[in-house]
Amino acid sequence: MQAHQQTPPPNEVSFARADNSTLVVQLAGDWHLRHGLPSTDLVEKQLDTAPKPTSLTFDAAELRDWDSGLLTFLLGISEICHKRKLTADWAPLPEGVRSLIQLAEAVPEKTGARAEVTHTSFIEELGHEAISWAQGLDDFLRFLGEVAISFVRLFTGQARFRKVDLMIVIQDCGASAFGIVTLVTFLVGVILAFMGAVQLQQFGAAIYVADLVGIAMSRDMGAMMTAIIMAGRTGAAFAAQLGSMKVTQEIDALTTMGISPLEFLVLPRVLALFLMIPLLCIYADCLGVAGGAFVSATMLHITVRTYIQETVAAVTLADIFGGVFKAAIYGIIIAVAGCLRGFQCGDSSSAVGDAATEAVVTGIVYVIVACGIFAFVFNILGI
Amino acid sequence: MAITHPSIKASDGKPVSVEIFPKDGPPPITVKNLTMAYGTYVIMKDINFTVKHGDIFIIMGGSGSGKSTLLRHMLGLIVPAKGEIWYGNFDFTKGEPEQREEMLRHFGVLYQGGALWSSMTLAENVGLPLGEFTDLSDEEIHEVASLKLALVGLKGFEGYYPSQISGGMQKRAGLARAIALDPEILFFDEPSAGLDPISSRLLDDLILELRDNLGATIVVVTHELASIFAIGSNSIFLDPESKTVIAQGDPKELLKNSKDHRVQAFLTRGAEENKADKSARDHG
Repeated sequence: MQAHQQTPPPNEVSFARADNSTLVVQLAGDWHLRHGLPSTDLVEKQLDTAPKPTSLTFDAAELRDWDSGLLTFLLGISEICHKRKLTADWAPLPEGVRSLIQLAEAVPEKTGARAEVTHTSFIEELGHEAISWAQGLDDFLRFLGEVAISFVRLFTGQARFRKVDLMIVIQDCGASAFGIVTLVTFLVGVILAFMGAVQLQQFGAAIYVADLVGIAMSRDMGAMMTAIIMAGRTGAAFAAQLGSMKVTQEIDALTTMGISPLEFLVLPRVLALFLMIPLLCIYADCLGVAGGAFVSATMLHITVRTYIQETVAAVTLADIFGGVFKAAIYGIIIAVAGCLRGFQCGDSSSAVGDAATEAVVTGIVYVIVACGIFAFVFNILGI
Repeated sequence: MAITHPSIKASDGKPVSVEIFPKDGPPPITVKNLTMAYGTYVIMKDINFTVKHGDIFIIMGGSGSGKSTLLRHMLGLIVPAKGEIWYGNFDFTKGEPEQREEMLRHFGVLYQGGALWSSMTLAENVGLPLGEFTDLSDEEIHEVASLKLALVGLKGFEGYYPSQISGGMQKRAGLARAIALDPEILFFDEPSAGLDPISSRLLDDLILELRDNLGATIVVVTHELASIFAIGSNSIFLDPESKTVIAQGDPKELLKNSKDHRVQAFLTRGAEENKADKSARDHG
């Protein structure tokens, strides 16, 4: 067995007594941050040893190289001296060390500046979360109300925004979203058809896959999937755009010019999404049906013509218009959530990221809540 | 400069036209017993000052003293915890939202970073307020925007986007937008921040030109000593420790006569020669 030769730590601290009342802190070796720091508890222990010293000095004869590591250790000792009202003689330390210690202590700590660490109980935290959620809902509804007033101003010809901005947003949340909507909704149609086919084949009712996919897509899934895509894509973009504008004071510039940011920035975005999502929803419905037809043709050997005929027979206009109506409402929810989070954004770049994340979460949560409400109301109305 | 303000209503509720800034009337800006606070935390209290016609009024103080916050209160972006802000005959703190909006159209504001709308060209930035609040045609708006950009030395940059020009140019473009509607009062938030000394000096000259030629009353938030002495005709000094205004007057007079060590330390970059000064001198 090979014997380990233990290397002494590069920084060393030891203690001696100059007399009964003076503790000498002996510093030796190289004091570098990378070697770690000794604890100031060692000094506390020496100060508690009888006879208790009333002053403290240093011996730095063996001290070689040093950096912030030594300063950190010495500042710890300085704090102990202040707390215990001990006098400390810093003169034996190198001049550079003394100057930097003096610099670090030049400005006294501001009273009340240090953040208080508070521990809250689970119940208290739960309460805070509940209040915060209620406050969030209140903010959302209030903002929705302000947007509604702006819409009234729009219809009475009083709202002020640039038409070109509306066109740009329409392009961004309409035509530019075609690719992702195509991919996702086609795959949703495929998945629904697969799941239905496995079950329905057992009863020899494979043709009803067309009914399943058609009704599911037109009533709910088309609108819902489009809304979720748009919440992640456009809602987040709205929050990031408005958040950045807040950070760079562009929103302040509008306000102080007497131009309502709500009309100028929010209205075109809400209007664009309100107009575009229903169109995307119809497109999504068609793509979902196409996905189902693809599975039926390849797995169930049902011709596309038969599949389409069955879909047309199963899906009613009420299903389609119900879905489109839901999509329009989801569009308003997503746009309002995105713009609200952008307006609530803090003044830092990280706050912009947080605003985008919150916009997606808020948008999706409220869309799903709205979906549940629609299901309930449509059931009562017999749609 | 006097303007009429048709949206202000008389006590019987009927709209009347009132001179907001009558020539021999009250000063264009009066701040009375203003307290600024975030929730229960008071930032500054008992702030009182007036800004006279044609003044270049400096709000000065160290970093974190609440200068920009005071400006945001004056612009109506933050509601005061207490006190009043008057613009001529109009109590801005108690005015109806429409009246305040109307009032804001007589202000021009240059923000720290310019705050140009990034999706618009410089001409569109300057032209937006003209399009919103005047009956000018698109062609006329473009002409006026070009004139305003030329006034700040940006002739030919009409079609550029803010991201395509330097920080100093963005500030000047921000200034062109601020003066688009020939405002009665111009506010500047740290105009020299982030500028090299020459650009900073040029901006100071521009501020003086605007005061002299447009007759605007100007409020500048800054802690740049060179600018303070070059352009300031009146000032207040905000002290974060006592949380109030501890000095008022012409900055040059304050430098000469103020007995307050905090004001002196600020205006002389620290009374004693510090290491930075010594080092600068030693290195020629």
